[in-house]
Amino acid sequence: MKKVPYRHPISKFLGACLVVFLLFSTALFSQDEAATQGDPAKGKQLFNQNCAACHSLDRKMTGPMLANIESKVIDAGKDRQWIYDWVRNSAGLIKSGDDYANKIFNEFNKVPMTPFPTLSDEDIDNILAYTAAPAATPKPAAAAGGAAQSAAPASSGINNTVVLGALVLIFGLLVIMLVLVNKTLRRIAEANGVVLEKERAEKRLPIWKAFVQNQFLVFVTVVFLLLAGAYYAFGWMMQIGIDQGYQPIQPIHYSHKIHAGDNKIDCKFCHSSARVSKTSGVPSLNVCMNCHKFISEYKGNPEGPSPEDLANGYTNEFYTGEIQKLYDAVGWDQENGSYTGKTKPVEWVRIHNLPDFVYFNHSQHVSVAGVECQTCHGPVEEMEVMYQYAPLTMGWCINCHKDTGVKMEGNEYYEKIHAELSKKYGVEKLTIAQMGGLECGKCHY
Amino acid sequence: MNSFCKIAMVLGFMALVTSCANPNRPNYQYMPDMYVPVTYETYSEVGFLPSGMEAEQPVAHTIPRGWMPYKYDNTPDGKAAAKLQKSPLDSLNTDNDIAKGGELYNIYCAICHGGKGDGQGNLVKREKILGVPKYNDVARDITVGDVYHTIYYGLNAMGSYANQLNYTERWQVSEYVMKLKKDL
Repeated sequence: MKKVPYRHPISKFLGACLVVFLLFSTALFSQDEAATQGDPAKGKQLFNQNCAACHSLDRKMTGPMLANIESKVIDAGKDRQWIYDWVRNSAGLIKSGDDYANKIFNEFNKVPMTPFPTLSDEDIDNILAYTAAPAATPKPAAAAGGAAQSAAPASSGINNTVVLGALVLIFGLLVIMLVLVNKTLRRIAEANGVVLEKERAEKRLPIWKAFVQNQFLVFVTVVFLLLAGAYYAFGWMMQIGIDQGYQPIQPIHYSHKIHAGDNKIDCKFCHSSARVSKTSGVPSLNVCMNCHKFISEYKGNPEGPSPEDLANGYTNEFYTGEIQKLYDAVGWDQENGSYTGKTKPVEWVRIHNLPDFVYFNHSQHVSVAGVECQTCHGPVEEMEVMYQYAPLTMGWCINCHKDTGVKMEGNEYYEKIHAELSKKYGVEKLTIAQMGGLECGKCHY
Repeated sequence: MNSFCKIAMVLGFMALVTSCANPNRPNYQYMPDMYVPVTYETYSEVGFLPSGMEAEQPVAHTIPRGWMPYKYDNTPDGKAAAKLQKSPLDSLNTDNDIAKGGELYNIYCAICHGGKGDGQGNLVKREKILGVPKYNDVARDITVGDVYHTIYYGLNAMGSYANQLNYTERWQVSEYVMKLKKDL
């Protein structure tokens, strides 16, 4: 007979009991922990949804910074119930004459906090767990990540130079070997009394002399050279005054790629006057600050900076430095979240510039015709550094006016003239040119 | 041999001229007199003004054409009073106003507040800007006057949009926001 373990029903029962007991006890334990500690992950979500408009973990905003807020409140002699009361109805707490509540209210310019009656005790526990979680831990990790990231391209750079150096060395050795072989071969030839071809060729008529003596060839060559010269001279003169591809270095490295491309901010968000006025306008810095009051640090794409960006030096630290330049220009004190009043203008370099004798109106094109900004300005959402995409010459304007139809939808203004002119020209849809878009006086007066 | 030298020189000169092209500098012009205006250009530097800039703030105690002073202050009391405002736009033209407001909303507001007003715009989804509330938040209970006041002055992390939107446009957007709140 074989011996089988756990045959005995009592030992089986006991084992099962032990397992159940262990499971249950861990469940109890974790529940117990949740009751006092809260869940930082859930807290983060709630914090980002409800609190982050006015509070940050690491700096003052509209309200106080919230890192380790519970221990601060406890230091002031209050308990967690006080926090519950404050979050759900701070105005009531202030009215009740609570000394600490009044102190905070006065410290933050008597701006009342929006009440959050919908947050339960558990929600607030979770948020407190998030604020109490050591904020420093992600930072070293991020720093280490950053260091690793910055180290990686450096090492690959060394690899590249090493490979290149080795290649140059091998190439040099080959050249030296070739020269040496050539030398020894010549010496052998000389010793054997072989006459080299070069010396024999001396006796023939040199090719350039033969060329000069043939007058027809000389004539053809001169005509060809003159035509080619005229072609290049014409091309060179035609590009004078055209700034296509002009890409100046701006005082603050503003990336259209990040703002319009990655974040998909509408062009007219910043260039708002393009809708309503002649110029599209460089946004004043208060428009930047509408978002950058909040965004003080560039955290990059979720996938991290591309190797191409890193090769150009566009690291997260670089972009954060550029945001800092904006803060210096508008006089924003990041620590206290207030303006210092010390401003200095940013001297942007103008790229698109029409001569003074041309009239161009942005609102007519953007609002009336509904032309996409990219039609003239190119793929701005892909430009890390802005440049002039179109030549902005008269021929370029005219070509577009000849090809583009008039936008009639929702525009009663053109209805009558469009009906009359389309009958006259016998076409269904008029182009801008047929509506008089080529008349000199439209743009030159 | 002499002619070869000359051709080489011409070619070399051409190469030199074309290699001068520098994307960081504007090109030369035939007659700058015709291109550069006599008047001051927008945003240009001006010697005689104290700030040195062409762009100036309105003179104190004046308002730009088409603008009206706003009677409520940027204080909690002002906001409470502004909450009771009614929209001054023509109620017979509401459909047009809301359509226009929607267009503007999608340019200026949807990037944070989301196309539906649920606080889930692209910048929020990418965690660039946080804490954007939904329009139907019970505790806030926004009204059309409230929205106008907030666009005018900004609130908490939101800045003022009074320089991007004019008086009528602000009310159009406010009405559209109330429509979103209703639909949410």
